[in-house]
Amino acid sequence: MASAEGKDLRIVGRAQRKIDATDKVTGHTVFADDISLPRMLYAKLLRSPHAHADIVSIDTSRAKSLDGVKSVITGEHLPITFGILPVSQDEHALSPKRVRFIGDPVAAVAATSEEITTRALDLIDVEYQPLDPIASVDQAVMTPDLPIHDYADSGNLHKLIDLEFGDVKPGFETAHSVREDLLFYGGNTHLAMEQHAAVADWTGDGKLTLWSSTQTPHYVHRTLAKVLGLPPARIRVIACPNGGGFGGKSDPFNHEVVVAKLAMLTGRPVKITLTREEVFYCHRGRHPTLMWVKSGVSRDGKIEALHFKTLLDGGGYGSYGVASTHYTGALQTVTYQVERYKFQGARAFTNKPPCGPKRGHGTPQPRYALEVHLDKVAEDLKMDPADLRLRHLVPPSSLTANYLRVGSTGLRECIEKATAAADWRDKYGKLPYGTGVGIACSSYLSGAGLPIYWNDMSQSGVQLKLDRGGGVTVFCGSTEIGQGSDSILAYIVAEVLGLEPLQLQIVTADTDLAPVDLGSYSSRVTLMSGNAALEAAERARDILVKHVAEKLGVPKNHISFADGHVFDVEQPENRMTFAEAVQISEAAQGVIGTVGSYKPPPSEGRYRGAGVGPSPAYSYSVAIASVNVDPTSGIVTVPKIWIAHDVGQCINPVTVVGQVEGSVYMGLGEALMEDMAYRENRGLVHKIPSMLEYKSPTTLEMCDVETIIVEDPDPNGPFGAKEVGQGPLLPVPPAVANAVYDAVGVRIDEVPITPEKVLRAIKDKVRGGTGRYGPTSFPDVPWPAPTVVPPPWEGGDGRAIDKATESETTGGGGARRGG
Amino acid sequence: MAHRRSRPAGRRTILLHLNGEPTEVSFAPHKTLLEVLREDLHLTGTKHGCELGECGTCTVLVDGHPVLSCLAVALACDGKDVRTVEGMADGPLLHPLQEAFADLGAAQCGYCTPGILLTAQALLDRNARPSRDEIKQALAGNLCRCTGYLKIYEAVELAAARMRGENAEPDPESIYGKR
Repeated sequence: MASAEGKDLRIVGRAQRKIDATDKVTGHTVFADDISLPRMLYAKLLRSPHAHADIVSIDTSRAKSLDGVKSVITGEHLPITFGILPVSQDEHALSPKRVRFIGDPVAAVAATSEEITTRALDLIDVEYQPLDPIASVDQAVMTPDLPIHDYADSGNLHKLIDLEFGDVKPGFETAHSVREDLLFYGGNTHLAMEQHAAVADWTGDGKLTLWSSTQTPHYVHRTLAKVLGLPPARIRVIACPNGGGFGGKSDPFNHEVVVAKLAMLTGRPVKITLTREEVFYCHRGRHPTLMWVKSGVSRDGKIEALHFKTLLDGGGYGSYGVASTHYTGALQTVTYQVERYKFQGARAFTNKPPCGPKRGHGTPQPRYALEVHLDKVAEDLKMDPADLRLRHLVPPSSLTANYLRVGSTGLRECIEKATAAADWRDKYGKLPYGTGVGIACSSYLSGAGLPIYWNDMSQSGVQLKLDRGGGVTVFCGSTEIGQGSDSILAYIVAEVLGLEPLQLQIVTADTDLAPVDLGSYSSRVTLMSGNAALEAAERARDILVKHVAEKLGVPKNHISFADGHVFDVEQPENRMTFAEAVQISEAAQGVIGTVGSYKPPPSEGRYRGAGVGPSPAYSYSVAIASVNVDPTSGIVTVPKIWIAHDVGQCINPVTVVGQVEGSVYMGLGEALMEDMAYRENRGLVHKIPSMLEYKSPTTLEMCDVETIIVEDPDPNGPFGAKEVGQGPLLPVPPAVANAVYDAVGVRIDEVPITPEKVLRAIKDKVRGGTGRYGPTSFPDVPWPAPTVVPPPWEGGDGRAIDKATESETTGGGGARRGG
Repeated sequence: MAHRRSRPAGRRTILLHLNGEPTEVSFAPHKTLLEVLREDLHLTGTKHGCELGECGTCTVLVDGHPVLSCLAVALACDGKDVRTVEGMADGPLLHPLQEAFADLGAAQCGYCTPGILLTAQALLDRNARPSRDEIKQALAGNLCRCTGYLKIYEAVELAAARMRGENAEPDPESIYGKR
């Protein structure tokens, strides 16, 4: 792919407005709930008040007879199941027989006004037979004979993973020191400011259009085709710009299916906008994760053996959970060298709203555990924790124990620059009681290497249309969720064709108009749609070069594009406008249009489960947090966080810095306060389904951030670019936890780090205890037989030793590629 | 007020001074100002995040003061001056706050942006040189999940400087980070 080196870049790397910035500041951007169509009906869902129950009967007759009600549907109208992963097709748009969390929908109404719809919901009579709810992972492990679903790996354990990359036992035996820790990362939610909304329209010619606040219109398209039994070619899904996503709008949702069905039944457009309370029930947020980590290290801290166990609380449905579970074990190996690695992961079903992918998808939890653990290891070895990390970095262009191909890594530069900026050496261990600093590193994917469903096609596609007026239209299925994905397409195409980004037309997120892009998740868009756009733009440039060179009478390699002109680099006055270049090309060969596609390189791992973790490129981040801890109240305040992030190459520094700051903010919220809490003594009702009570940082809690951009271009990225939207969140919670220890000498091995926990740990320490707050045991999970994969340095070729497991496949991650 | 009168189907009519123009609107009497703006006046630039007064997203200016339009009964706004994000620009010229938010990337998804812009405008209308702490206090009721607020503070400061007539440019470290 193209690299920034040796090129005179005009657009890439330049600070500039996003192409949609003006619409965003004037109120012109049309979000899903802003859409209103003639004769539109309003839909609402009736949701279960029980966490776990069988539906005995549903009587909708009273609701149907209400004036203004046009349709009332239940599970029998939508019998086909769906789910984001092929292996977890466990959701009904409306539950026909059983409800699995408070908020699970059982019926839906479409009526002429929201008021009538609300009244109609009250007239639906549902008789439930309550079942014992599974409230916790411990209960899930202990209650295999009351399964929430019938397809779990074992009882209520949805997914069980056991992977061995080398034998950890001798590593522990010969290690200089061995340490074990238990940590817990609490669940939290995306809390995007926009409530999910969708509008469906069914026309007389049998075509369905759905506008939705979704990050993944392609997967919604597939889901609608499956559940409604319609040919995909008759369905058009348009993802409106999302009012924040963060992973919370990446599942196909029941309300999207329901409005589509209601539109088909009534012949009228139907709209739904979830209340904020309902958004909490949709959830798909961070899995609460219990983690046990054991490492054996050499005298200078090299990880000779690492053993990780994770137990995720998945909630009532599968969602992305199989992938999430794999992600709690996948990326531990890409920051520091790990000689031998064992990972055991389990996901439990419980009767709570389903968990799924939130910014960082399954990796912030183990990253928190690993980085806090290493802070303790450094203390055991009497080493500076920054030095310990610097000594054992994964080298660039290397293969990890679990067969992840690392390309560029700017982690060393990140650590060096962050520690210098924060005066780390003068502060760590030297600040007065109550103040402290902590450091943590991390890495994240620039796009998942494999698609959600197994296929051999492109993961991102771009079409370009060149107009004889000089206009260029970029068509791509990618989805703008505020991160700047539309702008990225414009910058890259404008760079190649010598135009200004605002001159281009960008058409995205529409399954009728644009080629497929898999969606805005896994930090994949800049790299994948960027590469597709680059390919399409280079093909267009090649066409124009051919005809312009002929016209100007110069060799093709003399032709260059800049400032809206195409010219001879030797004689820049020998030139024509871009529009003239398009015109002579169109005259010569017809209408000018090109395509570009992107598919990541094949995975190197060939074992079951190898589908989760591979990425074309890994970003790297380092956070240093400074904290003040009030020992009398336990309140932790964070004045400042220094963050260094290796983004490969900034396409637009304004959006890069914005993503870094936003990630730090979200990480800070998770570190200190955000918590999805349920009342176990009241049948698992959500404790706080409101923005007031679900605490998130306001302007008064947000810290100062000093952002350091490191650019270590990756050969797989467009112009060398890697991700920035998720990675910088990951080091923040462990950096805060480590800083709390530096400040007051207590270990908070549980996120969020609330005043109650800090105070308890301080009191424990005063009484002569260890001064630790955190989990104390890991349930006895029935782990399966391990999949044994020798690491590359033990002669492995990426395959599992056991032939029986070798030929199997994972569903969610899809490990078949390269197998 | 004189303009309030009954209409068929229980609708009521009020007169707003909306974005500088007299605007008559009739609606069901239980509606909030948010609903009337979005549904009856089709001014969908005003957004909502909770409809419970918790997030600040739906903020508009009523007689120059930030008001949560999801909690304001529309009937109570009869005769009042109401300003929404659609009324911030001066014809084709963006308000300096809008320019600064666009320049600095202070709007990412853009959903909380209208409410924050109007809250900031009310602040700058009464305080031409707010300190960083005063900006934080003024915006403490507006949640933003994308930006971490930092670019918003910087944009408010940049706009304030420009509105004072200073030839202010963004701080390079703010837009390029530290290298």
